Amino acid sequence: MDTLKYQSQAVAKPYFIFAMILFVGQILFGLIMGLQYVVGDFLGGIIPFNVARMVHTNLLIVWLLFGFMGAAYYLVPEEAETELYSPQLAIILFWIFAAAGVLTILGYLLVPYSTLADITLNHLWPTMGREFLEQPTITKIGIVVVCLGFLFNLGMTILKGRKTAINMVMMTGLIGLAVFFLFAFYNPTNLALDKYFWWFVVHLWVEGVWELIMGAILAYVLIKVTGVDREVIEKWLYVIIAMALISGILGTGHHFYWLMTPEYWQWVGSIFSALEPLPFFAMVLYAFNMVNRRRREHPNKAATLWALGTAVMAFLGAGVWGFLHTLSFVNYYTHGSQITAAHGHMAFYGAYAMIVMTIISYAMPKLRGIGEANCNKAQVIEMWGFWLMTVAMVFITLFLTGAGILQVWLQRLPESGEALSFMATQDKLEIFYWLREIAGVIFLLGLISYLTSFFITDKKAQA
Amino acid sequence: MSESFTKGMARNIYYGGSVFFFLIFLALTFHTVKEMPKRDNRHNITEAVERGKHLWEKNNCIGCHSLIGEGAYFAPELMNVYDRRGGGSEEGFKAFMNGWMNAQPLNIPGRRQMPNFHLNDQEIDDLAEFLKWTSELDANGWPPNIEG
Ligand code: HEM
Ligand code: HEM
Ligand SMILES: [Fe+2]
Repeated sequence: MDTLKYQSQAVAKPYFIFAMILFVGQILFGLIMGLQYVVGDFLGGIIPFNVARMVHTNLLIVWLLFGFMGAAYYLVPEEAETELYSPQLAIILFWIFAAAGVLTILGYLLVPYSTLADITLNHLWPTMGREFLEQPTITKIGIVVVCLGFLFNLGMTILKGRKTAINMVMMTGLIGLAVFFLFAFYNPTNLALDKYFWWFVVHLWVEGVWELIMGAILAYVLIKVTGVDREVIEKWLYVIIAMALISGILGTGHHFYWLMTPEYWQWVGSIFSALEPLPFFAMVLYAFNMVNRRRREHPNKAATLWALGTAVMAFLGAGVWGFLHTLSFVNYYTHGSQITAAHGHMAFYGAYAMIVMTIISYAMPKLRGIGEANCNKAQVIEMWGFWLMTVAMVFITLFLTGAGILQVWLQRLPESGEALSFMATQDKLEIFYWLREIAGVIFLLGLISYLTSFFITDKKAQA
Repeated sequence: MSESFTKGMARNIYYGGSVFFFLIFLALTFHTVKEMPKRDNRHNITEAVERGKHLWEKNNCIGCHSLIGEGAYFAPELMNVYDRRGGGSEEGFKAFMNGWMNAQPLNIPGRRQMPNFHLNDQEIDDLAEFLKWTSELDANGWPPNIEG
């Protein structure tokens, strides 16, 4: 049953499993919110919308972090051609992170948020109550500690082993993730500064360092499933991340249009963020190119499907839907509308949820000692999961975009006095929200199908 | 990709390009932070405004509302709620806020619900001061109209 090159890669397994459990939670709370959008008093008082939203978005971020960590523990030793520096440390950190995550989510659900702020002594160093950064300060410190231990472990592994481009890019991305998270601790009283630097976490993550992580994982999986020469794949990787950072750093300006900032951000933000789709487009070309030039037929068809799907969906969600509202004269009307929500969903799913499922799809059969790939039946069920989730996400995005266009039309474009109020507009969007919820249920079915595939084993092979 | 374009060249563009643009980003950030006082009316940040911001965060208002377009999209934009509901005066706005916060939850069947946060009069006043201050920010002309 020795299907791993290095035994220490096995520490990735609990990270992947826990990521999938949190993913289920994320989707359940998404469905609760989706229903509250149309049946406003659904679960009224028990799970208010803002609580459900924190749970939904924080579970998303945390499961992606678990996924990235699992990916790193899996691929870094193999790339470095050496065992992980300390598997024990990786397991200890897993339990610390999992416990901190579960306690935080329970805190959101079981006590009012203001009570959680009090018992975690938020007043000593207030960092709570900002979108995506709702975690108690103590949890944030825990995240930093876990990241430091994690980076130390990987760093020591790379130092004693081979330094491939994939490992260096992965490491840079992960260090960047930890460094930019430190801005979560900066919460000045002046909202103007608070908001400006908040984007150093949010934008410089998803349109900066996370793209390095995504690029490295994709490159790793492509080398494995296509057998194409490493030199070629790593060259593409550098080109893609170069484009990502050159456009994405100044592209942060697309969030500075409507803050207390000088006008030049309208230009800088529009021009550079308009270039941000390029690396995502390059990823599509590259993924298909490499698969077409493959030198072997890898038995794990599902992993290849995930890799190609990630490139396409990331391009659609981040590239196309990002471009849709990124120019400042468009963003003036769409800022903070359902169009933002549409883009946020497809981009997060297409780029980051899917890249994590790509590496899980590739690595899990090996981690579980099954071999290069799952049996055919399991792969078919997994691919059903892929298609159901992906198509459902396309529809969620389309319905939210429809809602967003109508919202802008009714509420934003007319003059004061003629424009419909926010709440009156929402009533007019009801049909889109119902359709979104239906698509959300299909998404859940896809997720169930995907998870079921892990439990399907080939009876004949076992006998 | 052409053979004459090597991995080394790609790597140099990556390192050089990202360092170069990151330095520009830092320079623009320094400049922006220096210019900010012209638009953020920070001289009006009183202790009440400061307490108001803490209350805003402590009750996770951003989990339903947006503030200058950022946050959630479930409930109305609040940067300019002072202009929308204040009837043009501080007294008007504070009266509105007091009535509104205490009336929650409205319990209208099927309508989206805002929780009651059990704030005292002082706290509601602090929140009102904070939202009055946000309404005076110069966010380059956003929102497009009073509805936010
Ligand atoms: C995988 C990459 C990306 C992810 C995960 C992502 C995710 C998000 C999310 C979640 C938001 C909402 C933030 C909030 O709550 O305020 C957002 C906003 C935005 N994104 Fe992206 N994004 C990505 C890439 C891009 C790209 C490449 C572009 C441009 C071409 C772009 C353009 C925008 C713009 C303009 C906004 C602001 C929307 C507004 O004004 O309300 N994004 N993004
Ligand atoms: C069953 C499917 C889902 C439903 C019904 C759903 C519903 C929602 C709702 C109602 C919101 C809050 C919007 C608001 O603030 O008013 C939200 C936010 C969000 N959801 Fe989902 N969601 C689902 C799946 C997902 C998935 C699969 C992802 C990513 C992998 C995701 C990522 C996000 C993000 C990033 C936000 C914050 C968006 C922003 O700030 O612009 N959701 N979701
Ligand atoms: Fe961005």
